[in-house]
Amino acid sequence: MATNIEPKRPSPADEYGARARSFNWRRMLSATGSTGDAVFRLILLGSVLLILAIIAMMIYQMAANSALSLKQFGFGFLKGRTWNPIRGEFGALPFIYGTVVSSIIALIIAVPLSLGIAIFLVEQAPRRAARPIAFLVELLAAIPSVVYGLWGIFVLAPFLRVHVEPFLARWLGWLPLFQGTITGIGLFTGGVILAIMITPIISAVVRDVLAAVPVSQREAALALGATKWETTRVVLANAASGIAGAIILGLGRAIGETMAVTMVIGNRPQISASLFEPSYTIASVIANEFTEATEDLYLSALVEIGLILFLVTFIINGIAKLLVWSVTRGTSGTARAT
Amino acid sequence: MSAQVVRRKNSRRFVNTLMTSLAAACAFAVIIVLALILGYIAWQGLSSISLQFLLDTPKPVGEGGGIANAIVGTLFLLCLASLIGLPFGIAAGIYLAEFGDNLSGTIVRFVTDTLTGVPSIVVGVFVYTLIVLPQKHFSALAGGIALALIMIPIVARTTEEMLRLVPTSLREGALALGAPQWRVTMGVVLPAAASGIATGAMLAIARVSGETAPLLFTAFGSRFFNIYLDQPMSSLTVQIYNYAISPYDEWHAQAWAATLVLMALILTINMIVRFFTRKKF
Amino acid sequence: MPVSSNIKRGVVALLLTSLLLLAAACSGNQGGGTAGVVRLQGAGATFPNPLYQKWLSEYGKLNQSVRIDYQSIGSGGGIKQIQEQTVDFGASDAPMKDDDLKKASADILHIPTVLGAVVLTYNLSGVQQPLRFSPETIADIFLGKIKRWDDDKIKADNPGVALPNADVTVVHRSDGSGTSAVFTDYLQKVSPEWKEKVGTGTSPQWPVGIGGKGNEGVTGQIKQTPNTIGYVELAYAVQNKLPVSFIKNSSGSFIEPSLDAVTAAAAESVQTTPEDLRVSITNAAGAQAYPISSYTYILVYKEQRDAAKGKALADFLWWAIHDGEKFARDLQYAPLPAGIVKRAEAKINSITSGGKPLRQ
Repeated sequence: MATNIEPKRPSPADEYGARARSFNWRRMLSATGSTGDAVFRLILLGSVLLILAIIAMMIYQMAANSALSLKQFGFGFLKGRTWNPIRGEFGALPFIYGTVVSSIIALIIAVPLSLGIAIFLVEQAPRRAARPIAFLVELLAAIPSVVYGLWGIFVLAPFLRVHVEPFLARWLGWLPLFQGTITGIGLFTGGVILAIMITPIISAVVRDVLAAVPVSQREAALALGATKWETTRVVLANAASGIAGAIILGLGRAIGETMAVTMVIGNRPQISASLFEPSYTIASVIANEFTEATEDLYLSALVEIGLILFLVTFIINGIAKLLVWSVTRGTSGTARAT
Repeated sequence: MSAQVVRRKNSRRFVNTLMTSLAAACAFAVIIVLALILGYIAWQGLSSISLQFLLDTPKPVGEGGGIANAIVGTLFLLCLASLIGLPFGIAAGIYLAEFGDNLSGTIVRFVTDTLTGVPSIVVGVFVYTLIVLPQKHFSALAGGIALALIMIPIVARTTEEMLRLVPTSLREGALALGAPQWRVTMGVVLPAAASGIATGAMLAIARVSGETAPLLFTAFGSRFFNIYLDQPMSSLTVQIYNYAISPYDEWHAQAWAATLVLMALILTINMIVRFFTRKKF
Repeated sequence: MPVSSNIKRGVVALLLTSLLLLAAACSGNQGGGTAGVVRLQGAGATFPNPLYQKWLSEYGKLNQSVRIDYQSIGSGGGIKQIQEQTVDFGASDAPMKDDDLKKASADILHIPTVLGAVVLTYNLSGVQQPLRFSPETIADIFLGKIKRWDDDKIKADNPGVALPNADVTVVHRSDGSGTSAVFTDYLQKVSPEWKEKVGTGTSPQWPVGIGGKGNEGVTGQIKQTPNTIGYVELAYAVQNKLPVSFIKNSSGSFIEPSLDAVTAAAAESVQTTPEDLRVSITNAAGAQAYPISSYTYILVYKEQRDAAKGKALADFLWWAIHDGEKFARDLQYAPLPAGIVKRAEAKINSITSGGKPLRQ
């Protein structure tokens, strides 16, 4: 491509250079002081500022719209167990509980699965097989949430109710987690569908992280007589913080997931030890009730819940990013570019 | 060799076989789940799809009707979102790749990454208060903006990644020839990364084409064909959702058929992406 | 420089496309009259949606110059959007509360369109004949006080029915819903305890049970889950051939939910219906009245900002409550009683624009 560039005639940048010196903004924006560069950089900077502005406006809008609820309930909002729009009592704890527990279930299922997939694809599978398999796994991430919800109601929930939940109740029924009426709709089903949805995300990041571990590590382990699995353990240990990042990234996604969870979790603001009981998540209550809230306080409480969701996903994604960078940063910039 | 060493070796071999086959089993279990989901959609969708369904607009219960306006609406919204989102996303990506190796770049990168994690329902609520309420009517424009907001951070980050793959020597070469920075970026670096950026853009489009939540209160929905920015516009996802919660079997069947169309659209985009990436890398 | 000119061409093409799009956008005006077409946007209750779609389709055939769109987003959504003036008309199963009316910027009229009923449906294997329920039993089930299907109170209403020895699982709506409002309005009339503990509204705090989104969600849960009971709209139950319960009305007879029993409930209360037509007809008197019945309303501003749109809206409403009613029965909605049609006519005739009535 570079060969297509003609040798430069006396550059317009030089022509304008003298004039540029009298204008500060150009020199601030461009090392060469060229007008073209300054304008170019200004446009790019504008786009970047737009992204920052979007975030700032989102936070402002949500804070402004939840002011009423913030004033009325204060920090008690986070501890309140009642959600009663008719009486005007609003507490977010059941939603926080439902969100956290369904996400934990999702992680318990998705993390071993994702690790297995990533190990298989990076360490074991022949390259020719690995690419199509990776593509298929990532296709799972391409299925829309609303479609997962439909499938969850008609296929997954009945399957879990008939085959999986009675099994769990029989063998693990001594735990309060697996007691209670089996309906197929509840925290457990919500967690399972979330697990399916976040597996491609976690496995893709873990794959990148494992691939970033230098080949020399593997060679060294193999040379010492380690088996394939023992070599993999060495690689995993080296990639630990990146894997943690991938898991937290999956957690962030699970927490914010809306449509699919809404359709299978039962939508009932309660805190119950049993995973078979219906529950409610933060994103679901917004989806279900934002359109319906006609009272100011009700709407304000919903927006405040949205604000909590926003801040939590923001923080979680931030932590995840830092962890993933800690492993891949060294390689992605240099090794991959060559 | 003592018996103990042999036993130890056997057990190591056993663990090795067990764990490697477990890893493979994980991959195949997930693929089976994918097959089950896609198979169910195909089964339910194919049994109720027809040419008429693809060419007709919605009709009252018992009179058939189709989703032509929703297909057009979804494509229109995707075009609109791309028109708004791609330039901003690519520009932000260029900034991050070419000028982002400093503190402000790191902050922007961080904020952009976290913006991709903002739940789409929050984006929908945001655009509703930002655009629909002041304008006093639902519009395709609001829907397009909502989708664009979801696209921008994805496009920005993939663009950055792709630009970073372009060897520094190429930039240095062009700069050494006396080209100003903007010429180098637009004329040399960008074309070199073009197919990668296009792939990122397609992935972003595929991602937003399945979004329901941000459209519910922005683009809304419509029974009619619409090509105007200031009118409500139908989309496949909202139509699926509306039919799914309706009380009629006929509309449920239409929801599955529309799901099939939506999945075909999304899979096609993914296939195109795959085709491009295989050629490039 | 071939490469950069390619880029330039690309940029120019992109700009041209966006200009074209913008041009298209500008020619789409604010709902007024390209080629004399008037556009009206409505939104709200999901319950009458199938009928409204039929009406809009039929009315569109008669009047090519009016394009009316209706989106079912829920009754609460209908009320909220008419308050925010993002739609030309809203729709709700429950009449707006006084507080909600005060929050609107101008007078809002309630035009009743048709009647519907909420029915109790269930999933019990081995039970053939329809179950019967007295009001107190229903309240106790939804309060969580009756926990087993073979509870004495259920047995008392259903002599000779082999009720299973199983837990009752209640299913309710998770989204804000006019159906929930009608059902809880009924429960608070028949149960003081319900009134005190729960009250009535589109999103009440249910003492027990699992939530499903929309009628679809509730039915899905009931169909999928054994030993469940829940409430859905009559049209829905009939379409899906769900078992429906007989409910004891205020005259003491068990009534099967039917269109005639719903109209009977409305007819009983024509005399007592207030001037603004906001009325609850749950637990109505009358031997044949089905007790969980209700009107569904279209909400419009009395004073229309745009005379052309206001006129089109008033004409459509007039057509709906006269010619439109004949489509109701096929779709499982009960037509308005004659007395209410007369009073709705007066409401439609009182719609004005610039202070002038739009219909003569």
